[in-house]
Amino acid sequence: MNSTVSSVSEENVWGGGNRPLGASYGKLMMWFFIVSDALTFSGFLASYGFSRFKFIETWPIADEVFTHVPFFHGNYPMYYVAFMTFILIMSSVTMVLAVDAGHRMIQKRVVLYMFLTIIGGLIFVGSQAWEWATFIRGDYGALETKGGRVLQFVKSDTGERAALADFAAVLDEERITQLKNEGVWFEDESALTTYSVNEVITGLKADNNILVRTETINEDGEKTLLSRAESLEKVNDAVRVVEGANLVRNEYGSRLFADFFFFITGFHGFHVFSGVVINVIIFFNVILGTYQRRGHYEMVEKVGLYWHFVDLVWVFVFTFFYLV
Amino acid sequence: MAHEHKLEIFRGLLKFKSNVTKIWGVLVFLTIVTAVEVGLGITKPEILTKNYFIGMKVLNWIFIVLTLVKAYYITWDFMHMRDEKSSLRRAVVWTPIFLVCYLIAILLFEADYIYNIFKTGYVTWDF
Repeated sequence: MNSTVSSVSEENVWGGGNRPLGASYGKLMMWFFIVSDALTFSGFLASYGFSRFKFIETWPIADEVFTHVPFFHGNYPMYYVAFMTFILIMSSVTMVLAVDAGHRMIQKRVVLYMFLTIIGGLIFVGSQAWEWATFIRGDYGALETKGGRVLQFVKSDTGERAALADFAAVLDEERITQLKNEGVWFEDESALTTYSVNEVITGLKADNNILVRTETINEDGEKTLLSRAESLEKVNDAVRVVEGANLVRNEYGSRLFADFFFFITGFHGFHVFSGVVINVIIFFNVILGTYQRRGHYEMVEKVGLYWHFVDLVWVFVFTFFYLV
Repeated sequence: MAHEHKLEIFRGLLKFKSNVTKIWGVLVFLTIVTAVEVGLGITKPEILTKNYFIGMKVLNWIFIVLTLVKAYYITWDFMHMRDEKSSLRRAVVWTPIFLVCYLIAILLFEADYIYNIFKTGYVTWDF
């Protein structure tokens, strides 16, 4: 009998109607999704850390890879990525302002701030596309050795990087891309590089000003520069010219570097893209007055959570890919 | 839905008059932190790159700490974690922190082990 007496109070606890987390169903589900997505990104970044610690002495230096700013020539490490970070934080701010305007039921301001958020998102995705294009095109070119190590070139008088076009000899060689329909090969070969290995090595031998730079990082945190004699010796190991980057090899150094770049920034860019799409849907709903009639703007708050999360992830990608 | 906002940041050191001014205040703070990060990334002061702390450059530790600071303010003020109940806050924040720390610990130790194998083994990787 005792239990029936006490069950009255228990019914108040377990009988439903309680909100132990004080959040609506939709918001709670968004938080759970964010937690699981955060773990996915952590997995990517942790595996990046794994590969980097594994090749700690030969990993490419990000400052030397991401040095471009659109419409400007020259060497500007980091500036453009910092700009992208700022754009994303800024669009986070307009998003949270939209949420705030939603709480106060001011439809016109929600429309304005959602619009600005979408614009920010589009600028970011566009910047990332440009960054990918620059990364894939590459700018200096390099040689790859039998062991898969990358050899880059430096002008010894100025210490600047030398592009293959600066010194490679133009020899009278005929080399045609092998196609499947010619029956020589079973499949098409990938596009030929601008210069052959032979042309690069001949050019290097003729130009006393060019030195080879290996992947190995020295005590000063810079890539090791070989002497002229060592350079001439080292290029004999070369088997292939590498220009730009793809999923197999890249001119920046370790092969995994480009793979992680494409994978992590690509996955994040996909999140930004889907965030923009969701924002556009909500934006039109706001214009149509759906949430004004519903009496609350919780949907704006939920997509806001997702959008801030995308910003949050970028803060970590920025640190671990570009800064550290 | 949390309609009333907590308007203090830096543990009550800075109190804003409205939610909107708080948002702009947090933006200014995040911008300053990012500018400091980029500035350090470009200048790379020797005192920070030559000194090591638990196997990593002091500069990198600074980057990681500043990133966590930024992450805190994005979550707390932009995602309104500051206004949520502590039960929700703990469920969302501590679960990933615990799992990520564990993941990082095992992966980085393993990576360092493989690095040593590559370095001291009898196989050459640079040819």
